[in-house]
Amino acid sequence: MTSPNRQIVFDSVSKFYGEVLGVNRVSFALDPGITSLVGPNGSGKTTLLNLLTGLIKPTRGSIHVLGLTTGQPVELFRQVGYCTQFDSFPPGSTGYDFIFWPLRLHGFGREQAARLTDEALERAGMTQVARRKVAGYSKGMRQRIRLAQAIAHHPSVLVLDEPLNGLDPIARAEAIALFGALAVQGMHVIISSHILEEVDRISDRVVLMSSGYVVAEGQIREVRQEVRDHPMQILVRCSNAARLASAAFELNHVVEAKIVNDGRGVLIRTRDAEQFYLRLNKIVCSGLIEVEAVAPADDDVDSIYQYLIGCNGGPI
Amino acid sequence: MNARLITRAKEWTQEQPWELYATQIFVLMRNEIRRNLFARRRLWVYLLAAIPVVILLVQRAFARNTAEPFYIESATRVLARIVHLYYVRLGIFFACMGIFTWLFRGEVVERTLHYQFLVPVRREVLVIGKFLAGTLISIFLFESAVLACFYLTYDRFGAAGWSYIFDGPGLHQLGAYLLVTALTCIGYGSVFLALSLLFKNPIVPGLVLMGWETIAPILPAWAQRLSVTSYLRHLCPVELPVEGPLAIFTVVAEPVAPVLAILGLLCLSVAVLVLSCFLIDRIEITYTAE
Repeated sequence: MTSPNRQIVFDSVSKFYGEVLGVNRVSFALDPGITSLVGPNGSGKTTLLNLLTGLIKPTRGSIHVLGLTTGQPVELFRQVGYCTQFDSFPPGSTGYDFIFWPLRLHGFGREQAARLTDEALERAGMTQVARRKVAGYSKGMRQRIRLAQAIAHHPSVLVLDEPLNGLDPIARAEAIALFGALAVQGMHVIISSHILEEVDRISDRVVLMSSGYVVAEGQIREVRQEVRDHPMQILVRCSNAARLASAAFELNHVVEAKIVNDGRGVLIRTRDAEQFYLRLNKIVCSGLIEVEAVAPADDDVDSIYQYLIGCNGGPI
Repeated sequence: MNARLITRAKEWTQEQPWELYATQIFVLMRNEIRRNLFARRRLWVYLLAAIPVVILLVQRAFARNTAEPFYIESATRVLARIVHLYYVRLGIFFACMGIFTWLFRGEVVERTLHYQFLVPVRREVLVIGKFLAGTLISIFLFESAVLACFYLTYDRFGAAGWSYIFDGPGLHQLGAYLLVTALTCIGYGSVFLALSLLFKNPIVPGLVLMGWETIAPILPAWAQRLSVTSYLRHLCPVELPVEGPLAIFTVVAEPVAPVLAILGLLCLSVAVLVLSCFLIDRIEITYTAE
């Protein structure tokens, strides 16, 4: 078990804006790695991130980030970098100044601050335009310069609110690769995003939110297992689809077996995936069919979210 | 008990990263001065500072001959009125309202305050850094203006004017005006900074403060201690007679030693700054609610 001093812990945290609910009774503990915060607009994702970084204070409950509270800003913000979704910058500031001067506030000397600034600009791919005023940047460049500022002081916790917004596909792929690399180094990377399929690929765990409540939290597969009411979909690409479909129907937990359009696979819906995989092994061993691929068809955040919240394909 | 408290205070003092705080205050001041002093939206503050200078320049342009030395006393009273009735009562008051309320509220309007809260800077240090920046800006502007007024007032008397400055009471008066100007900036600055943290729109409380400062002379002695101008009048180097419609703006009170007046105003400012340090801790970043 990870020590609380390495975790981000929310303990019964509630936040009300007057009578309006921000988040309610949120409790979880996050280990290092990438955590995705998923939910529709107004579900409380940004509120949760702002609570974590002390930009707002909880009405009830407590938050500890690596054993520190938001009442210890000097210690906390050496450990935390937050890339907010506020698209605003100090007037007249250049990309370089935007990173350099906050580093000076961290207490870094001029030379070290300059070195860290150059390094962050390099990582965000902003070196060429660093001396230009931020006001003249495109949306994607503004997003990247904020990201550069958030990582410049080498934080242990990187909090990213919609970090992929405004990025072109190449920059998006680079950003995701960067998040992955940071997580591998043992960092906490907390991402709020609605581009689920991209975040999904690199997330170690997910926190699903709706109307201010955490509706599910954990590793994506674990969360999926908890959704018992919704049979899991498994796509089996094989040589004899009809035979597999027929064998699958003999199993009580299989509620549907549908041959896919090209006739070279079966989409199975089952209430017990583990049992199905065991049975599939036996079928393959008996030589009745040759399996090319087996893949869960709805083992992603998007599907889980839709099962839990009932969001019918709307924007999350 | 006292010994324990003293030991604890010593420990606390030793634990504090003073060098870091000093660097942070320097950086905050640098950022704030760039943001506030060299901005187009500050033109009206420059105008407030420059109005008497412009009037004196115009007067000088029309009166080309050297003025008679006989009028130096009258010019001295005019200068005293400019400093006490215009700068202290109006110019610095409204300029400080603009500069100091904008230190935090401006960042809320521009949606940049969160950057200040996401760095390892204690919020108290943030308040002090911004306050010092605001003070430096306002003192620079208004002391320059007072200096210019002083020069224009006495230069037109030629040799008699320079003699009044260097051989007479001129330099002492200049020192007093500069001190009063600086203290006014500090006093009003601290009050407006606190008001900006207390109210979303500090203009209405600012006007209430102006009313308070105006009626302060007729209030009991204890209430006068809560007024910035009540400390400043004791530092006025030139007695201003209470007469005419301006009498309402002119303060008459028991004399207080200048040192006590300075200390009193500084104590009041420090007390208001301490209040600001408590208030800043309550601030949350909810730009949409502003």
